[in-house]
Amino acid sequence: MARTVPASTRIGFTALAWLIALLLFSPILWVLLTAFKTEAEAIAASPTFLPQQFTLENFAAVQDRSDYFKHAFNSIVVSVGSTLLGLAIGIPAAWAMAFAPTRRTKDVLMWMLSTKMMPAVGVLIPIYLIFRDLRLLDTLQGLTLIMTLINLPIIIWMLYTYFKEIPVDILEAARMDGAELWNEIVHVLVPMAVPGIASTLLLNVILAWNEAFWTITLTSGRAGTLTAFISSFSSPQGLFLAKLSAASLLAIAPILLMGWFSQKQLVRGLTFGAVK
Amino acid sequence: MATAQTRTLSRVMMAPAVIVLLIWMIVPLVMTLWFSFQNYSLINPMMTGFAGWGNYRYVLGDPSFTQSLINTLILVGGVLVITIVGGTLLALLLDQPIWGQGILRIIVISPFFVMPPVAALIWKNGFMHPGYGMLGHLWKAFGLQPVDWFNQYPLFSVIVIVAWQWLPFATLILLTALQSLSEEQREAAEMDGANAINRFYYIILPHMARSITIVILIQTIFLLGIFAEIRVTTGGGPGYASTNIAFLVFRTGILSNDIGAGSAGGVVAVVIANIVAIFLMRAVGKNLDA
Repeated sequence: MARTVPASTRIGFTALAWLIALLLFSPILWVLLTAFKTEAEAIAASPTFLPQQFTLENFAAVQDRSDYFKHAFNSIVVSVGSTLLGLAIGIPAAWAMAFAPTRRTKDVLMWMLSTKMMPAVGVLIPIYLIFRDLRLLDTLQGLTLIMTLINLPIIIWMLYTYFKEIPVDILEAARMDGAELWNEIVHVLVPMAVPGIASTLLLNVILAWNEAFWTITLTSGRAGTLTAFISSFSSPQGLFLAKLSAASLLAIAPILLMGWFSQKQLVRGLTFGAVK
Repeated sequence: MATAQTRTLSRVMMAPAVIVLLIWMIVPLVMTLWFSFQNYSLINPMMTGFAGWGNYRYVLGDPSFTQSLINTLILVGGVLVITIVGGTLLALLLDQPIWGQGILRIIVISPFFVMPPVAALIWKNGFMHPGYGMLGHLWKAFGLQPVDWFNQYPLFSVIVIVAWQWLPFATLILLTALQSLSEEQREAAEMDGANAINRFYYIILPHMARSITIVILIQTIFLLGIFAEIRVTTGGGPGYASTNIAFLVFRTGILSNDIGAGSAGGVVAVVIANIVAIFLMRAVGKNLDA
C-alpha cells in the first residue's frame, strides 16, 4: 500500500484508533484485572487499576462453590459434540450440492438458510414440552441435538462456499490419469477440503459455546453449560464481584483465543458467504 | 455430466441434512400454531379445548404486548443505528494507515466473542452499578450523582450492552468490505481532486452499500431474539419496561406456564422475523448467482 500521509495525520489517526479500541476493550480488561483482586478491593470506594493484593483465591472459590469444571465440561461436550455431529451431516450434503449441483440446488440452499431465520421463541414452547415428555430437559444429549439443528444451516453454507472454490478441473484431470475414486478422494479432494472444514469447525464451536437461549431455557443444574452457569450469578449475593470476574474470565478466555484466530472465517460464516 | 448414478448418490448424501431440517422446521412450528388456538395451561389442567382467536386476543390485547413490541423496535433500531454508524466510522478509521492495525483489529473484535451472560453481567456489576460500577466512580469523580442505570433507564442500558457486543461485528464486516475496494479506484478519485467527503459519498459508500445491507439484516435476525442480556440484568422489568417480544413469550409460556398464550406470542414473533427474513434471503440469494 503506497498511500503517503503526513506523519502528524498518521499519529493522530493512530492515537484515536487506539483510544477507541481500548475503550471498547475496557470491560474485558476490567474482568481480567478484577479476577485477581480480593472482593474487598473489587468494590472499594476508590477503585484500583492493578490488583494491589494479587490473589488466585477467586478461582479456587468458584470451583469449590459451584463446580466450574462440571459446567466447562458440559460446554465442551455440547459445543464440540454438536459441531462434529453437524459436520457429519453437513459435509456430505454440502459436497453433493457443490460438486453435483442440479436446478434445485439453489432453492435447497436458500430453504436451509431460511430455517436459520426462525426465531427461537417461535418454537421454544413445543421443544420445551417435547423435551419434558422425552425426559431430555437438562440433559447433554438434548442440548447437543438442539445445538446441532440450529447451527446446521451455517455449517452447510460455510462448507458449500469453501467446496465451491475447489476447482472441478482437478478432479477431471485426476480421472483422466486413471485415478480410482478412492485415490481421488484421499489424495486430491481431502487435502483441498480440510482447511474449509477446519474453519467451519472452529466458527461453530465458538457459536455453540456462546449460545445463550437454549442453554439457559433447557438446562438447570445437571447439564448447565457455562452460559447457564454465569447466568446464575445474576442475583447479587454479597461479595461476589471478583468471583464473578474469575468465573467470567475462565468462560471467555478459550473462545476469545479461538476467535482471534478465526476472524476471516467469522466474516464469511456469519454473512453466509456474502462478504469475504 | 451427471449420470443417474451420481444423481442418486448426491440425493443420498443430502438426505440426512434435508430430513432433519425439515422435521426441525415443521414439527415445532405446527405445534406452536396448534397450541396457539388451544386453552392450555400447565398450572390449570381444567383449562382445555379449542380457544379460537382467544389467545391472540389475549396476547395482542394486553398492554404488555404493545409495550414489548415497541421495546423490540427500539432495541433493534437503537442497536442498529449505533452499530452501523459507529461501525462505518470505526472501519474507516481502522482502514487508515495507522500503526498496529493487526493488533487493533483483534482488540476491536474481542467483545463479539464474549458470551451474552458474561457481557451483560460485566456491564451490570462492573460498570453500571451505582455503588461500585466504573461509571458510578466516573460520575462521582465529576461530582455527579451516580446513575442507577437498570432502574432508571432499563431499555437504554440493555441497548448499550447489546450494541457493545455487535459494534465489533459490524466493524469487522465493513472493514473487510472496505479493504476490498481497490487502491486504484481510490487513487484515481484522489487524483481527480475529489475531497474526502465526496470520495466517501460517491465511491466508498456505494461500494459498501451491499455489506451494510447484509449487516443490517443479519443483526436484525439476531437482535429480534435478544434474550440472555435481558434475563440476567433486568428480568424484563421494572414492570415490562425492558421486555421484548422474545422475553414476553418466555415470560408467558415458561414462567407463567400459559402454553396457549405463549404460543400465540411465538407465532407473532415468527411473523415479524419472516418479514425481515424475506429481505435477507433476497440479498444473500443475489450473491449466489454472482
